[in-house]
Amino acid sequence: MACLLEAPLRISVLSEVTATSRHYVDRLFDPDPQKVLQGVIDMKNAVIGNNKQKANLIVLGAVPRLLYLLQQSSSSLELRTECAVVLGSLAMGTENNIKSLVDCHIIPALLQGLLCPELIFIEVCLRCLRTVFISPVTPVQLLYTDPTVIPHLMSLLSRSQRTQEYITQIFSHCCKTPEHQTVLFNHGAIQNIAPLLISPSYKVRMQALKCFSVLAYENTQVSMTLVNVLVDGELLSQVFVRMMQRDQPIEMQLTAAKCLTYMCRAGAIRTDDSCVVLKTLPCLVRMCSKEHLLEERVEGAETLAYLMEPDVELQRIASTTDHLVAMLADYFKYPSSVSAITDIKRLDHDLKHAHELRQAAFKLYASLGSNDEDIRKKITETENMMDRIVSGLSESSIKVRLAAVRCLHSLSRSVQQLRTSFHDHAVWRPLMKLLQNAPDEVLVMASSTLCNLLLEFSPSKEPILESGVIELLCSLTQSDSPALRVNGIWALMNMAFQAEQKVKVEIVRSLGTEQLFRLLSDPDSNVLMKTLGLLRNLLSTRPHIDQIMSSHGKQIMQAVTLILEAEHSIEVKEQTLCILANIADGNTAKELIMTNDDMLQKIKYYMGHSNVKLQLAATFCISNLIWNEEDVQAVVNSDCSHKGSQERQDKLREMGFVDILHKLTQASDPNLCDRAKTAMQQYLA
Amino acid sequence: MAELGAGSLSLGDPAFNYQEHELNERLKRLYPAVNEEETPLPRSWSPKDKYSYIGLSQNNLRVHYKGHGKNHKDAASVRATHPIPAACGIYYFEVKIVSKGRDGYMGIGLSAQGVNMNRLPGWDKHSYGYHGDDGHSFCSSGTGQPYGPTFTTGDVIGCCVNLINNTCFYTKNGISLGVAFTDLPPNLYPTVGLQTPGEIVDANFGQQPFVFDIEDYMSEWRAKIHGMIARFPIGERLGEWQSVLQNMVSSYLVHHGYCATATAFARATETIIQEEQTSIKNRQRIQKLVLAGRVGEAIDATQHLYPGLLEHNPNLLFMLKCRQFVEMVNGTDSEVRCLTIRSPKSQDSYPGSPSLSPRHGASNTHLHTGADSPTCSNGVTPPNKSKSHSGTGSSSIKYPSVSSSASSSTSSSPSSVNYSESNSSDSTKSQPHSANSTQETSLSLNFRRNQTHVTRSSNHDSEMEIEAEHYTNGVVEGSSARIMNGTYKHEEILQPDDNSIDEGCTNGRQLCGGNQAATERMIHFGRELQALNEQLGREYGKNATHKKMLQDAFSLLAYSDPWNCPVGQQLDPTQRESLCSALNSAILESQNLPKQPPLMLALGQATECVQLMARVRSGSCSFARVDNFLH
Repeated sequence: MACLLEAPLRISVLSEVTATSRHYVDRLFDPDPQKVLQGVIDMKNAVIGNNKQKANLIVLGAVPRLLYLLQQSSSSLELRTECAVVLGSLAMGTENNIKSLVDCHIIPALLQGLLCPELIFIEVCLRCLRTVFISPVTPVQLLYTDPTVIPHLMSLLSRSQRTQEYITQIFSHCCKTPEHQTVLFNHGAIQNIAPLLISPSYKVRMQALKCFSVLAYENTQVSMTLVNVLVDGELLSQVFVRMMQRDQPIEMQLTAAKCLTYMCRAGAIRTDDSCVVLKTLPCLVRMCSKEHLLEERVEGAETLAYLMEPDVELQRIASTTDHLVAMLADYFKYPSSVSAITDIKRLDHDLKHAHELRQAAFKLYASLGSNDEDIRKKITETENMMDRIVSGLSESSIKVRLAAVRCLHSLSRSVQQLRTSFHDHAVWRPLMKLLQNAPDEVLVMASSTLCNLLLEFSPSKEPILESGVIELLCSLTQSDSPALRVNGIWALMNMAFQAEQKVKVEIVRSLGTEQLFRLLSDPDSNVLMKTLGLLRNLLSTRPHIDQIMSSHGKQIMQAVTLILEAEHSIEVKEQTLCILANIADGNTAKELIMTNDDMLQKIKYYMGHSNVKLQLAATFCISNLIWNEEDVQAVVNSDCSHKGSQERQDKLREMGFVDILHKLTQASDPNLCDRAKTAMQQYLA
Repeated sequence: MAELGAGSLSLGDPAFNYQEHELNERLKRLYPAVNEEETPLPRSWSPKDKYSYIGLSQNNLRVHYKGHGKNHKDAASVRATHPIPAACGIYYFEVKIVSKGRDGYMGIGLSAQGVNMNRLPGWDKHSYGYHGDDGHSFCSSGTGQPYGPTFTTGDVIGCCVNLINNTCFYTKNGISLGVAFTDLPPNLYPTVGLQTPGEIVDANFGQQPFVFDIEDYMSEWRAKIHGMIARFPIGERLGEWQSVLQNMVSSYLVHHGYCATATAFARATETIIQEEQTSIKNRQRIQKLVLAGRVGEAIDATQHLYPGLLEHNPNLLFMLKCRQFVEMVNGTDSEVRCLTIRSPKSQDSYPGSPSLSPRHGASNTHLHTGADSPTCSNGVTPPNKSKSHSGTGSSSIKYPSVSSSASSSTSSSPSSVNYSESNSSDSTKSQPHSANSTQETSLSLNFRRNQTHVTRSSNHDSEMEIEAEHYTNGVVEGSSARIMNGTYKHEEILQPDDNSIDEGCTNGRQLCGGNQAATERMIHFGRELQALNEQLGREYGKNATHKKMLQDAFSLLAYSDPWNCPVGQQLDPTQRESLCSALNSAILESQNLPKQPPLMLALGQATECVQLMARVRSGSCSFARVDNFLH
C-alpha cells in the first residue's frame, strides 16, 4: 500500500534529480579545463553513496565523457585522477552500473591508464579496476585479452601497498580456470606475490593469501612449486600454518587452511604431514563450530570434505575431532524457530544460508563416511540423520539434493546400513522419485546408490523391483553419459544376481536384445564388463540358461564370438568365457556350443593361452560340456542326456581336447591342474 | 616395578636440573598470572594422595599399577600434588600411555580433594574421567557417555581445563576431542586411575613440550577476552566517555604537578582545572625536592607553604625525617651536601629513574637566588656552608669506631671493615681510626642496640610496609614507579653535568659525601630522629613500622660501603618516589583534593579486580592482566 502511494511522488523527485544530474554532465563539456576539473570534483562529491545519482549520471552519458577525459593526454594529471575516482565511485553502485561501465569499455581504458608513470593515477585506476573485476557481472576473460596486461600488473606489485592490495584482489577474483592459473603462474605470480604474505598491511596479506588459494586449487604445478617457496627464510607452508593460529582473524585462518588443503590434494604435501593432521584439519573442524558465521561454517565444511575425501586416516581423525559428527547436525537447524519470531533480518539471513549449510553438511558426511564402517555407523546414529537425508533428497535446491544423494551413496557402501537404517527409513522411495526427473549429475549419484540398494542382501531390493525400476534402469543404459550407462547396467546386473526367472525375463524383455548387444559393443569397457556380468547373472541355473538360450541363443552366441575375436582386455575375455561356461552348463544350451565347431576351436585356443585365468575359464567350459552326471530334474526333462554326454565326449576327444586336458593336468597353477583333472575324471567314469 | 630405575632422574642430576629449569620456564610462560606462593601449580603426582595399589617412580611422574586387578574394586587412583589454580585461565597436562597392561582400564581426568582413591576418575561425585578401554567420559557417574576414541599403548592423552567457562576437553595425540565436561567445580586435581596389572602411564605437567598446541588454544582465548574488553559497551551518551577520559588525563597531570602540560591539555580539550596554578607549582616544587633527595628542604618548604600539615601528620613527618637521614648518608640532603668539599653532584645520580633530573638547580633556578657556587647551587646560604666547613677539622667522630663496638656484639657484622681502607683512593680525607668522644659512645650504643635487631632481609620488609601505606588501593609498587618514570621523561630535562659526576662514580660513593662535618651533622640528626621516635612513641604509642624504619636507616652506618650492603637499597633514589607521592597526597588531601589521581585509582582498581578474580576463581583473569594494556 505504502509503495503505491509513494510512486507518483518518486517520479517527480526523479525528474528533479535528473535535471541536477544533467548539470553535472554538462559541466564536463566546458571549454575551460579548470571548470571541467571543478565539475568532476563536484560530481565526485555528489555521487558518493548515492546510487540513484550514479544511475542518473550513467544514463545521461557521463561515462564516455569521463573515459574520454581520462584518456586524453592533454588532460592534467589531476583531472585524469579525478575522472578515475568518479568512475570508481560509479562502479561501487549496482550491478547494472558495472554492466554499463563495462559496455563503455572502461576496462581497456583503465588498463591503458596503468602505463602512466604517476603512482597516484595508477592507484586510482587499479582501485576502479578492482571494483569492476570483483563484480560477478564482469567477464573475467577481459583481464586476459591483452597479453601484456598480466606482466605489467606483476611489475606494478612493487609500487605500493595499494597496488599490491588491488592487484592481488583482481587476480584472486579473475583466476577461475586452469588456463588462468597457468597464465598467472607463467608470469611469476608465485615469486611476486609470496613476499606480500608478510606485508605489514593486513589487507595485502589477506589478498595475497587468497591469490594462493585460487592458484593452488586442483593445480599440481602450482602446488608443487609452492611447497619449495621461502618467504623471508621460512617455508610457505609454515607461513600458512602461522596464519592459521587461533588468534588470527577467521577469514585468514580459513583461507590459509584452504591453501594447505589444495596443496595437499594436489599431492604437494603428504596427508600424514603434521601441518595437515595437527593444523589444517583441526582448523577446518573449528570453522564448522557454531560460534562462527554461517558462511564460514559452509566454507569450512566444504573444504574439510575436500581435504579428507581420498584419505581414510584423515577421515578417522576428523571423525573424532571436536565431536564433528554431532556438530554437523546443527547445520540442519536453520532457520531456527527462534529467529522466525524474534528477528526478521536474522530469519532472512538464515534462510539465505540454510540450503548452503545443509548441502555442506551432507558433503562432509559423505566424505567422512566414504571408507570407514565405524564412522558410517556414527553418522547414521546422529539425531534424525536418515530422516534428514530422506527429506534432503526431495529438496528444491539441486545442490542440496545432490549432496544428500552423495551422502546416501557414501553410507550405502555399508552392508550393515543397507540392511538396517536404509530399510527402516525406506530411502529407496525418495531415491526412486529423484531418479525420475533429475539432471545428470544427480542421476549419476542416485543410480550409483541404487546399484548398492539392489545388491542381493539388501532388503530394499524387493520393494524397488516392485516400483518398476527395470524400465528406468533400461532407459539409463541408453544415456549419452557413460557413467549413467554403467550405473544402469550395473544395477541390472546386481538385480539379476540369483534372481527369480520372472525378473530375469522381465530384464531381457525390457532391455531388448538389440540394446543388450549394443551395450556389448559399447566403447566404454566398464559398460561392456557390466553387460557381460549381467549376461552371466542371467545365465545361471540350468532352467534359466536353457530358457534364455532357447529364445536368444543365436544372438548371444554371435555376440560371444564377436567379443572373443575382437581386441579386448583379459578381463573382458575371461568374463565372456565364463558366460560360455554357463551356457555349457545348460542342458539344451550345450548343443549350441557343441554344434559350433568354430566356437570349440576358440575354446581350445584359450585353453592353451598364456594367461592362466583364460585357460581356467576355457577349461571350465569344456568341463561343463563333458559332464555326465545330470541332475534328476534334467534327466526327466532330457531323455537322452547320458547318451548325449557320451557323444560330446567322443566329439571332443576327436577334436584333441583330451590331449590338452592331459597336458593341463601337469600345469603349474594348482587351480588349473585341479580343474583339468576333474574334467579328465569324467572321461574315466 | 622398582621404585627408582637405573635410568630415572634424581635430584642433583644435571639432566634433572635441566628438566626442572625447563619446567619452570614453561609453567611461567603458560600461566603468568599464577602466584605460586599462594597457589602452587601441579608438578608431579602426590606420593601421599594415592591408593596403595599405585606405584610412583621417575620423580613421581610415572604411575604404575601394583594391585591384583581382579575387578573394579581393585581400581586405584593418584592425584597431583596441588589443585589447578584458577589464575591459570587455561590449564593443560598430558599423560602418555607407556603400557596398557592387561586390559587397559585406564582413566585420565580430574578429581577434588578427598574423593575416594580406590576408584577410577569419573566414578564419584566431583570426579571426572576419560577411559581408555571404551573411550567413554565419566562425569561423576558409574556409567559413562560415549565421548571419544579408545586409547592404548603409545597414545598421548591430554586434558585441558578451561577455568574461564569451567569446561574440560581431552586431546588424543595432539587432536582435540571436544568438550567432555561442563560446569566443573573449582580446585580440581589432575588425576589418573589404573585397574589392571601392567598398566603404566607417564605424566607431563610441563616437563616436556606438549603434543597438543595448547599455546595456540590459549591465544584464541586471550584474543577473545581482549576483544571482549575492547568491545565492552560503555553505553553512555555521546561524548561523555571522552570527557571522562580527558578528566582522567588532566587530573593525573595536575596531581603530579605537570603544570605546563596540564594547562596545555586543558586548553586543547577545553576542560577546567580545579586546582589553582600556584598550588600545582608549589606541589611540583616540593616533589622535586624530595625526588632530588633534598628532603630537609622539602620539609621546610612544606612547613612554609602548608603550615600545620606535617604537624597533623606526625607519621609522615617521621617518614620524611627518616628519609632525610638516609639522604644524609647518601650525601644528597642539603644539610650535609653544603658541608662537603667535593662536588655533591657525584651523589646525585638517580639510576632508578634516569630520566629524572633530581638536581634542584637544573630545572628550578627560580627557587633560589644568588647561588654563589656551582657546587652549592641548592639554595643553602653560604654562611651555613662556611660554618660547617670550619667544623670539619675539629670533629673526629668516626663511623668505624661505632661499627667496631657494634661488631663485638654481632660477629657477623661486616662493619669492622676499616673505613679509610675502603676509601684508600681518597687520600685527601684519610680518617683517624680511633674513636674517643663520649658523644660517640652513646650513639654507638644506640646503634648497637638497633643493629642487633637487624636482619639481612629486613629492609625489604620495611619498604614493603611503607609502600603499603601509600598504595592502599592495590597499585603495585613496580607499576606505579614505572608510570612515574615514564611521565617524568616528558617533563624534565636533564641538565648536562660537569665531569664531576663521572669522577664521583669512578671514585666510589662515600658516606655523607666523605665529609667529616657532614658526618657529624648526620649523627646529630640521627639522635634527633631517635628522640622524635621516642616522643612519638610516648604520644601515640609504640609504632613497629617506625621502629623498623629507624633501624633500617641506622643500619646503613654499620657498613663500610652502605651502597653495597644488605640494607643499601634504601639509598636507591627510586626509594624516594613512594615518599614523594605520600607527601603529595597529604598536601592534596589537606587542600580537600583527592589524594590519588583518578587514573591511578582506576588502575589500582583494575589490578585489584583482576587479583580478586583469581581469588574468586574466575579464570579469565589470566588473560585480562592490566600489564597487557600498559605500553
